[in-house]
Amino acid sequence: MVFIETVNLGQKREGCDILKDINLKVERGEVHALIGPTGAGKTTLLRLIDMLDKPSTGQVIIDGIDVTLSEKTRLGTRRRMAFVLQKPVVFDLSVYDNVAYGLKWRGLSRHEVREKVNNILETVDLTEYSKRNARTLSGGEMQRVAIARAIATKPEVLLLDEPTANLDPISSSKIEDIITDIIKKNAITVIMATHDMEQGQRLADKISVLVNGEIVQTGNAHEIFTSPRNRQVAEFVGMENIIDGVVLSNEGDMAAIDVHGKLIEAITNYSVGQAVSVCIRPEDVTIALERFSSSARNSLTGTISWMAFSGPLCRMEIDCGFPLIALVTKKSAEEMGLKRGTQVYANVKSVSIHVLGQH
Amino acid sequence: MEELWNGLVKAFQLIFTFDPEVMSIAGLSLRIALTSVVIASIICLPIGSLIHFNNFRGKRILISIIQTFYSIPTVTVGLFVFMLFSRKGPLGGLDLMFTPTVMVIGQIILVLPILVGLTISALSGIDKTITDTARSMGASRWQMAVAIIREARFAVMAAVILAFGRAISEVGLALMVGGNIRGFTRVLTTAISLETSKGDIELSIALGIILIVIALVINFIMNRIQQRR
Repeated sequence: MVFIETVNLGQKREGCDILKDINLKVERGEVHALIGPTGAGKTTLLRLIDMLDKPSTGQVIIDGIDVTLSEKTRLGTRRRMAFVLQKPVVFDLSVYDNVAYGLKWRGLSRHEVREKVNNILETVDLTEYSKRNARTLSGGEMQRVAIARAIATKPEVLLLDEPTANLDPISSSKIEDIITDIIKKNAITVIMATHDMEQGQRLADKISVLVNGEIVQTGNAHEIFTSPRNRQVAEFVGMENIIDGVVLSNEGDMAAIDVHGKLIEAITNYSVGQAVSVCIRPEDVTIALERFSSSARNSLTGTISWMAFSGPLCRMEIDCGFPLIALVTKKSAEEMGLKRGTQVYANVKSVSIHVLGQH
Repeated sequence: MEELWNGLVKAFQLIFTFDPEVMSIAGLSLRIALTSVVIASIICLPIGSLIHFNNFRGKRILISIIQTFYSIPTVTVGLFVFMLFSRKGPLGGLDLMFTPTVMVIGQIILVLPILVGLTISALSGIDKTITDTARSMGASRWQMAVAIIREARFAVMAAVILAFGRAISEVGLALMVGGNIRGFTRVLTTAISLETSKGDIELSIALGIILIVIALVINFIMNRIQQRR
């Protein structure tokens, strides 16, 4: 059953559409990630779902109740949810009082509050900071307080707005572990915004890609990652090579595509004469110094125009009539003696190529 | 010069021997100022919050007007209260003129704008994300307002202390509606003004020193509060 639904939800600010026709469906117990670049409208959407702002158009339906109707239903429904904001926000009070607030507001007795807060603080590993003013903590610790505060009330829905965006890698992975743990133990419904595609993949059952205030694609992580629906999604999920071409022939979905004078074979049902974009991930390109027979249908000749090393990897651009970005290990690049100007064969399997129609 | 020196010596004698008259004047001053500030705070905190948390037409103008009244002359408030409570005034029947009660009423009116205005600015100083956080945690409007006031507690406390400073140091109002009646409505400021004109410099200096000490204590508390932030 659909637990959270938005119907043609829209938000305007100063005449501009921040969100347009958002129809999101989230089932009970689902972890749904909203991914998209900064400024795509992820925060705005979460704020509307939590009823912190009023939408310009449309409805938010939670558990069958249209929450846009009255303040009373809003408060009642909001109390079944919790929201962790992007910037860690804590009250200028002790860690204990921060976590206790939500419980006190729900009318729990002092005894119940104490028991719950102490339990939660243990979960997020903050017991020893209980009496400290939350403002004196580090960013990661503050975010842990924010998460503790959110889950203390046992919400049915947890809204997370880029909970790790402002944190260092260690704090960030700690927060992610805590979130994973919460999801596992509580069978909670989660809607989380992130601009980190990989984080979305790690945590979410379903992903909606939000670009310029519109949901352009919804699906599971594999679908989004391998079959982006349009150029914007493709760019966002790391398809660094998006090259325009035209379908020359197509036999049983095995198409030959003319790309800047070179022929690329890929699997697609676009018909002959259709203008398309060929999407190739850098990590799907293999580099060879000689032409050899392999199952890869595409072998493009070109010269390396630049190389950049980062950690154990080497990213390079091969000029084969069009620029093609490839990613190989630093070790391979060194062993093959690759350098700028080296002539190479760039091999790509047809199954690794995703073809998008141009509109 | 010698007169001044003698005055100082005598003043310290009066203070350190706990001279009954000096103590009773200082005590009354503190009592009246404290009472008015406590009552004014009870009135002003909700009013300030109400103005801050609601959006309505003319809000900015209202705040400007409130701010203008920060420096309203005490004698003007004195005149207003005098007209209200004098025998022929609308509240003359209460027979409160020249009593500590009417002085408290006057001082409440005097510090009202400062308290409301500074409460509003204290609350405006709280980041909007805090308000959002409180709402997202399921606070009702009332619970949210209390949380935000608590968040702004240091700034609100500074406002209260500032109001107390204004109340205890004013003279025009106390003189006009209190009447400076010995042992009844005579406070530090009115006593200084009277004793000086009578030529009793020693008593004036002693009372002045007490007033300055009170100001120092207030300043000290203010600094401590600010440092805690």
